[in-house]
Amino acid sequence: MNESPAANPIYNDTVVRQFSLAAVVWGVVGMLVGVFIAAQLAWPELNFGIPWLSYGRLRPLHTNAVIFAFGGCALFGTSYYVVQRTCQVPLFLGKLAAFHFWAWQAVIVAAAISLPMGYTQGKEYAELEWPIDILITIAWLSYAIVFFGTIGIRKVRHIYVANWFYASFIIAVAILHIVNSAAIPAGWMKSYSAYAGVQDAMIQWWYGHNAVGFFLTAGFLGMMYYFIPKQAERPVYSYRLSIVHFWALIFTYMWAGPHHLHYTALPDWTQSIGMVFSLILLAPSWGGMINGVMTLSGAWHKLRDDPVLRFLIVSLSFYGMSTFEGPMMSIKTVNALSHYTDWTIGHVHSGALGWVGFITMGSLYFLIPRLFGQKKMYSVKAIEVHFWIATIGVVLYIAAMWIAGVMQGLMWRAINADGTLTYTFVESVKATYPFYVIRVIGGLLYLGGMLIMAWNTWKTVAGGRSVRINVPLPQAA
Amino acid sequence: MDILFLLIPLSVALGLLILGALGWAVWRGQFDSLEPEAERILQSD
Repeated sequence: MNESPAANPIYNDTVVRQFSLAAVVWGVVGMLVGVFIAAQLAWPELNFGIPWLSYGRLRPLHTNAVIFAFGGCALFGTSYYVVQRTCQVPLFLGKLAAFHFWAWQAVIVAAAISLPMGYTQGKEYAELEWPIDILITIAWLSYAIVFFGTIGIRKVRHIYVANWFYASFIIAVAILHIVNSAAIPAGWMKSYSAYAGVQDAMIQWWYGHNAVGFFLTAGFLGMMYYFIPKQAERPVYSYRLSIVHFWALIFTYMWAGPHHLHYTALPDWTQSIGMVFSLILLAPSWGGMINGVMTLSGAWHKLRDDPVLRFLIVSLSFYGMSTFEGPMMSIKTVNALSHYTDWTIGHVHSGALGWVGFITMGSLYFLIPRLFGQKKMYSVKAIEVHFWIATIGVVLYIAAMWIAGVMQGLMWRAINADGTLTYTFVESVKATYPFYVIRVIGGLLYLGGMLIMAWNTWKTVAGGRSVRINVPLPQAA
Repeated sequence: MDILFLLIPLSVALGLLILGALGWAVWRGQFDSLEPEAERILQSD
């Protein structure tokens, strides 16, 4: 006899499905805007003289869409899936989770309208005006209540390491958002920051770098520690190391921000602290990267046949690359060359396209078929094609920006024998042109991969149905 | 740099919070036997 359904609750996967599909849709939108503004840098006529399409307004739209819409939805969806599976309970307050989904979509739509219209707080990655900031806070608190509530009612005593990473991401982003967005309203869509001058710069980059650390790193590491073992069908290489990775990372992250403000009005010692903490971060980052990759130890052949696993593992190699490059760029003497150049853009995108993008795509390729009662995606061949064109796209993008960045840095610092500058600024812009074109090609390939994913997702969902999965009964211990 | 009077106490508070969470986890035996926990996620779905 089967157990009666009443005694056996069902996982709340509706919100996981919603966030997963939203991630795919917003991924396409955010990357499309990215390709468009990359093309504007190569061919500025693409402004068409329309203010709504100007680079200054679309660039924050791109960053908000890929980070908070694509990345955010992926983090929310996967964390709701992981926390239920590892705690073996349905979500705490499922209705609040549904509210979280719709509130977050409202934030995204508000951003998509207000940013092109020119409403901005002028803070990088925190551009949205104060009414939207309040909506973000409400959505975020709902998320925190659902997530921590689910951990609170868990049936498994041990809290799996992925949940620790998600939890730190939720708490840290809440604090960062509230402190950095503090502002005095001056009308419905206008406000002034609570901080001024260099104080504001310090707060902004304390926020900005920790947003990279907790939103784009800790959250996605939570994804990594669940989906890599699941897809590889092996436990993580060293569970002990994953716990050391977590605590070391969150203890050392908070003070890396000043490396964004080298050689500015920020006190010198504060800059040096930022540099030292950034260098320390190399250790936990590489510990985690090695731990994830070594999960395949003894089963490397799986990489040959499984494109989903390849997405997940290659994402870690980009994580390793960018967490080596980042500390190196935070060294003041290196930063003197790299800062304000396109090298920084290349660095960000090796993390964003290579690490965040790939780990998300791999995790979604794992998740989507399971959420719709399928064994695998509609077309595994399409995942393979997606993997290769996305990889080529990332490599073109970051190689172009490395060359462009180092070239710009060298041109700006070149001095003639009489002490005058060798190059005017516009000469460096002109020299960058071919690399901007290569970047557009790289971005087009990456976007093309995302479109293949959207098609594959559509076919998988259309051929499947929303399944109801029972929470397993507690096993006799 | 008055802002440091906000950021430094905030960092110290967060550091203590993290320490408290670590203490709680160790005290409650979260890390007592780790290897079965890594395997557990592979069993259920």
